[in-house]
Parts: sequence; C-alpha cells; structure tokens
Amino acid sequence: MALTQPMASSGAPQLELPENVVVSRLDELANWCRKNSLWPMPFATACCGIELMATGAAKHDLARFGAEVFRFSPRQCDLMIVAGRVVMKMLPVLQRIWQQMHEPKWCISMGACASTGGVFDTYAVVQGIDRFIPVDMYVPGCPPRPEQLIQAIIDLQDKIQREGTITGREFNTRQRQDRKRALVESPLPLTLDASRNPNIQRQLSGSVTTGRP
Amino acid sequence: MSIAPAEFDAPPERRSEDYLWTLNFGPQHPATHTTLRLVLKLEGERVVDAMPEMGYLHSGFEKIGEHLTFNQYVTVTDRMNYISPMANNVAWHHAVEKLLGIELTPRCTYIRTIIAELARISDHLLCNGAVGLDTGAFTFFLYAFYQREVIYDIFETLCGARFTNSYTRVGGVSQDMTPLVIEKIRSFLKTFPKTLDDMERLLNRNRIFVDRTKGVGVLTKAEAINRGATGPVARASGVTRDLRRDEPYLAYADLDFQVCCASAGDCYARYLVRMQEMRESLKIVEQALEQLPEGPVNVGIDQRTALPTKKQVYSTIEGTISHFELSMSNRGFEVPCEESYAAIEAPNGELGFYIVGDGEDVAYRARCRPPSVLHFAMFPHLIRGHTLSDIVAVLGSLNIIAAELDR
Amino acid sequence: MHSSSDASSDSATTCPHLVALEQAFGPLESSMFRSQQRVVVPAADSFAALALLKDRGFDLLVDVSCVDYLEYRGAKHRYGLVYLLASTHSPDRLTVRVFADDPEPTVASVVPLWEAANWLEREVWDLFGIRFTGHPDLRRLVMPEAFTAHPLRKDYPLQGRGERHNFPVITRDHS
Repeated sequence: MALTQPMASSGAPQLELPENVVVSRLDELANWCRKNSLWPMPFATACCGIELMATGAAKHDLARFGAEVFRFSPRQCDLMIVAGRVVMKMLPVLQRIWQQMHEPKWCISMGACASTGGVFDTYAVVQGIDRFIPVDMYVPGCPPRPEQLIQAIIDLQDKIQREGTITGREFNTRQRQDRKRALVESPLPLTLDASRNPNIQRQLSGSVTTGRP
Repeated sequence: MSIAPAEFDAPPERRSEDYLWTLNFGPQHPATHTTLRLVLKLEGERVVDAMPEMGYLHSGFEKIGEHLTFNQYVTVTDRMNYISPMANNVAWHHAVEKLLGIELTPRCTYIRTIIAELARISDHLLCNGAVGLDTGAFTFFLYAFYQREVIYDIFETLCGARFTNSYTRVGGVSQDMTPLVIEKIRSFLKTFPKTLDDMERLLNRNRIFVDRTKGVGVLTKAEAINRGATGPVARASGVTRDLRRDEPYLAYADLDFQVCCASAGDCYARYLVRMQEMRESLKIVEQALEQLPEGPVNVGIDQRTALPTKKQVYSTIEGTISHFELSMSNRGFEVPCEESYAAIEAPNGELGFYIVGDGEDVAYRARCRPPSVLHFAMFPHLIRGHTLSDIVAVLGSLNIIAAELDR
Repeated sequence: MHSSSDASSDSATTCPHLVALEQAFGPLESSMFRSQQRVVVPAADSFAALALLKDRGFDLLVDVSCVDYLEYRGAKHRYGLVYLLASTHSPDRLTVRVFADDPEPTVASVVPLWEAANWLEREVWDLFGIRFTGHPDLRRLVMPEAFTAHPLRKDYPLQGRGERHNFPVITRDHS
C-alpha cells in the first residue's frame, strides 16, 4: 500500500524519512479511517434481517470489522444495509431514510429480494432497490449466509480504500449518476438471436454503464 | 406546542385534545421487529391511543400461491414466519395433504414432529430474546441467538439451509434424517436445558424485567377469545386451547406433553409460557427421537404424489410411470375440485391454510390464516394507559412477525 | 357452489348446529369434506346466521377470507366469503360460506359479534373489494391508501399494472 513508500517524482531528490514517519495522501488516511469504522444502519425488513442479526451476534461477529455500532438513527450511520424485500409501501420510507443519512454513505443491498426482487415478482415488491437508490454492493443469497455478508463488508472496505476521497468527490462522478439496472428491460419479446434484437443491440453498444469502475 | 401553566395540572377531562402529541413509531425502528408502524397519541408519556398500520411488507404471497405448484409454494411459505420456517412448511403441506387425502408414513410424521418442535424452540428463543433485548437485557439475547445457531446447524445438516429450508414435500420430506442429524439433535437436547436454566436465572426474577413486564399489556380471557388470539398469547390469558392436544395431527397423539397456560395475561405471563413451552418441546423431541420408526419416509409410488427414488425409477415400471406423471408439466397430482382448511399449532398460534383446488396441481386459492394479524389488531387495546416504554415490551411479547402479518 | 364430494343432504342428523340453522333459515346447502362441515348461508341472512352460531358456542372466529371464482369451472357466483368458526370449549369447527356478486358486492359485517373480524374484513375489502356494511373503519389494510385496484381479484395480473415502480429515482448527486 502507498502508505509505506515515499513518493518520488521523476528527477526530484528522495526524502530521507526516519522510521516512524509515513508519507501518504490525505485521501488514503480518510479512507482507512472510514472503512474501518463503518456504522451500519440496518434496514431490515424480512428474512435477511434475521441473518443480519445473526451476523452481528456472537458466532459471526461483525464487530471485528469495525461495524460494531448498529445505530438505528440514519443521522448517525454511514452504511445502509437493506436486508429484505422492499415493497412499494415501504419504498418512500427507504428513500427518506437514505436522504437523511449524511455523506459519505454507502449502501449494501443484501439478499436476492433487495437486489432484484428475488422470488417475489408480484404487484407489490420493488424489483431491486437499485432502481430507486444508489447501491454500492450486492450480496446474493436467499438469505445470504453471514459469511457472505461479511465478505460484502470486506469488499466494500476495499472499494472505499480504492476509490474514496476525503471530500467525497467520488460521489459526484457521472458514473454514479447513471441508474444501475440489474437486468436490462426490453419492452419487446426477446428474440432468441440477440444480434437481431434492436433493443439489445442498442444496449450493448450504448452508454449505459452498470457496476463498479 | 406550548402549554399554559394553568392547564398543566388540570384534570384530564378539562384538557383540550390538542394537548395530545402524535408520535410516529416505525416502520423503521429498532423495536418494531421489522416493518410495523404505530401512530401513537401521547399525553406526556402515557399512551392515550395507538393506531397500528401494517402492509409495509405485503408481497402478494396469496397471489403467488395461484401460480406455483404445491411443491414450489413451500419455498414461499418459508418466508412467512421466517423465525420458524419449518413450522410453516409443515403447516402448508399438512393442508395440501389434507386436501389431497394423503396419509403419511409413520417415519415422516415423526420427522415432521421433531422439526416442528425444533422450530418452536427456535421461535420462542428469538421472541423472548427480542423481549429481553428491547427491555435492555443484551446478554439474554446473545445466549438465545447462540442456541439458535445450534438449531440452524442441525437444520443445515438435515437439508442444506440454515433457515428458509423448504424441507417438506407433498407426501413426505425432501431428505431423510441421517444418523448424523440424530446425533446432533441428541447433543442439543443434552446441552440446551442448562442454557435454558441460565437464561431463566437471568430474567425470571430480575427486578427490572419483572417491573417492566408484570401487569403490562393485560389481556383478559374473554377479550382474547373475542379478538381471536391463539397460541401462547391466548394461553397466557387462560384460554387452554392447543391444537396439538385438541385436534392432534402428525405424531402428537402418541407423545406425552403438557399444554402450558397462565392466567395473568400480561407480558410476564407470555414470557413464562414461552419459556415453559420450550421445555415441553424438548420433552417431545426426546420422545419422538426414541420412538422414531424405521421405514420409508415418502409415501409409496402407487400414490403418485412423491417423487420415487432413482433406483425405483430405473428398475420398476411403476417408478418410471410415477416419475413421468409427476414431472411432466401437464400432468402432476390429482387434485379434487374442493376446498379445505387445515391448521397446526405454530409457535405463534393457529397457522392454517385454506386451499381451493381446481383439478390442477396449482392451487386456485391459497389463503394463509396468520396469527400475527389478530395479535397486532389487539395492540391498541393492550397499550392504552401504559407508558411509551411499555410499548416495546408489549410489542415484543406479542411476537408479531411482519412477513406473516402482511404476507 | 361447486359440487360437494360426499353427498350429505341428510347431514342434519349428524350436526346439531346445521339443524338449528335450517330451523331458522330454511333448507341450506351443506356438505362434508375431509370431516369438515360446510354450510352455505344466503347473504341477506349472514349476520343473523352467524349470530345464531355464536350463541350456540362458536366463540372463536378463526378466519374471514374470500375466494374469487371468476376462472372456476361451474361457479355460480363470483365471490365466496369463507367464515371459519371454532369453539374453545368443544372440538367443533364449522365453515360458513356466503356468496356475493359483481357489481358492488356487499355483505353485513360481523364486527359486533367478534372483534377479530375487524382487520380480517378490512383485508378482504382491500384485496377483493367486498364492502362490509356496519364495519366501524373500512379502509385499506395491506396496500397503500392511494392504491386503487383490488389485487387478489383474478382479473388483476400478478405483476401488477406498473404501480410498484411508479416512484422517483434518487441518484448519487441528489442525496
């Protein structure tokens, strides 16, 4: 990691550093602090909520990763874990809580129902919260095992370390502004041959980006 | 909102209604056990009225039931009362088998009894753990959760999933119980009573817990019957109705156990009833394990309901025909054009399914009768006159699972 | 009502509650299936019949639900309400059916008899659109108040009509 190597621009003299001094960027320091003390906001609606509680309980302890305090107030959290299906009656509540959280904030969509609607392709269930909320990490599973959620937290920590900035500039990039879609929607029936379907052609060659950089 | 000093000491009849403060509790709140909403009218700390609102997790389960076959729908029933999914699986297939008129093998009835009772222990552990957590006893909650992990381990060895098991099938179960599972259950039976003793020692005579739950949320026997309460909530009010004894199903007629009741009807009584029911469940599991009969676990292939084993499919003509009949999409079971209702004593109360069959292997209507709806509906009646801090104790003791409530 | 499987026009000799009902309301269609006694009561008499049954000892209302027979072969009415009754001091159970039709299906509410019917009838109103006269507070229970359709009717599609995704999108730069 960049923390231990002194920076050297071409031609300039190297810095002589004693052993107890590290030189780094402020962004790296901020990322390191933020990733190791993520305070989760558990938005637990259904069965995944029980696995979330099990992840926080004694056997698979989430506190080891810095995510000790499950604060239930959005004003005090920076990681929203949406665990469980979100129905259309609950979605405005979810959006309001997301807006009440302060930046920098991240969102983990835990489970199949929060990511894509899961088993419930019905009139009431939102088919993926990423249609209405920006999501950083998806955890598959129905419900995901606690180890999977812990892996997601670790991956989110890596993401924060890689991409974070102290002022939160990464949240203003154009890529984040595009809405992510887990599945491409096609209003026409899909033909078997994708090359002859005009909608898929457009999507494949077009500018819709999904996923992480 | 300012209060004139003269009004502050005025007796309640002389105060204007504007004095009351409306507080919205939920649907996102740590103590609401997932998505429940209460709109409270408070006078200081006292609750004058409460209007519960549900539907924040309504996913259209009953409509899905009209599109999935009986064996596919069991995956959806898991997600109803997700604290004890095995009990929901057993309830659904109990109702389906009643409609189809299928008689289970003895081994299957005992296996379903054992898993239903383990699910009951799991549910009561979480319910009481949540009551403890909401009233401040965090250690109690962690003890309960650790024991639930042991039960999850048993279920995972049995069928591969910690919870949301989808274990039962029409005419049987998906996998038989192996000796490893039986050994794990036996070791659980040895270690759990000591943990239960520890947990009881923590809270049963704890002054703070007793003060917070005794006399709070009292439900009289007449009100319990009028409002349709079933399960531990009703039994704690003196209604001695337990479907395991009154309308025995599975193997309960052969097993010896007691129905736990109390008469006080408050939160403390409900807590004690659930703790005692866990002990009775241990007795049931122990007896069922001893009496577990050998033999096939699924019904025979002549009944054309349970999938035959591969050996039968490849070596007997009946097995091949049966496999073909069940797997082809335009065939399947023979379902009468009738309607029937069957209920079991789920950990929460009477969980029943009213199924309308129309000849296909997809139900025409699959109605779930959830105990939580009626319990949540009587919440305003229980909470009037109590303080804001009693709300969490009462809500926790009613064991309202939002997914079962909303379906 | 669809054809009953066990012919039991003489079930009056086996079930005393049926005898009492038929004495009060004339001959009623009834059947027995898998040892469950069912009886059909005309909609106009539903409240009186259920009050009679409550006096005869059915003090526990287990469930109130509805079936939409729109796509059912041989159905004569569209909506069939199901009242499941049980007793806390005897092992009796009874299923009472009340039928209603489009347009404006209406049935008398049984909230004065059992308080348990309050929310159960609200749910039937919400999901099927059957109006209960005399209900103290008939409004939607599981769907949002602004929802207009009755989702469990057979002519409403499983995936809905687009209501579930009719919300504003919050992107990173908004929040």
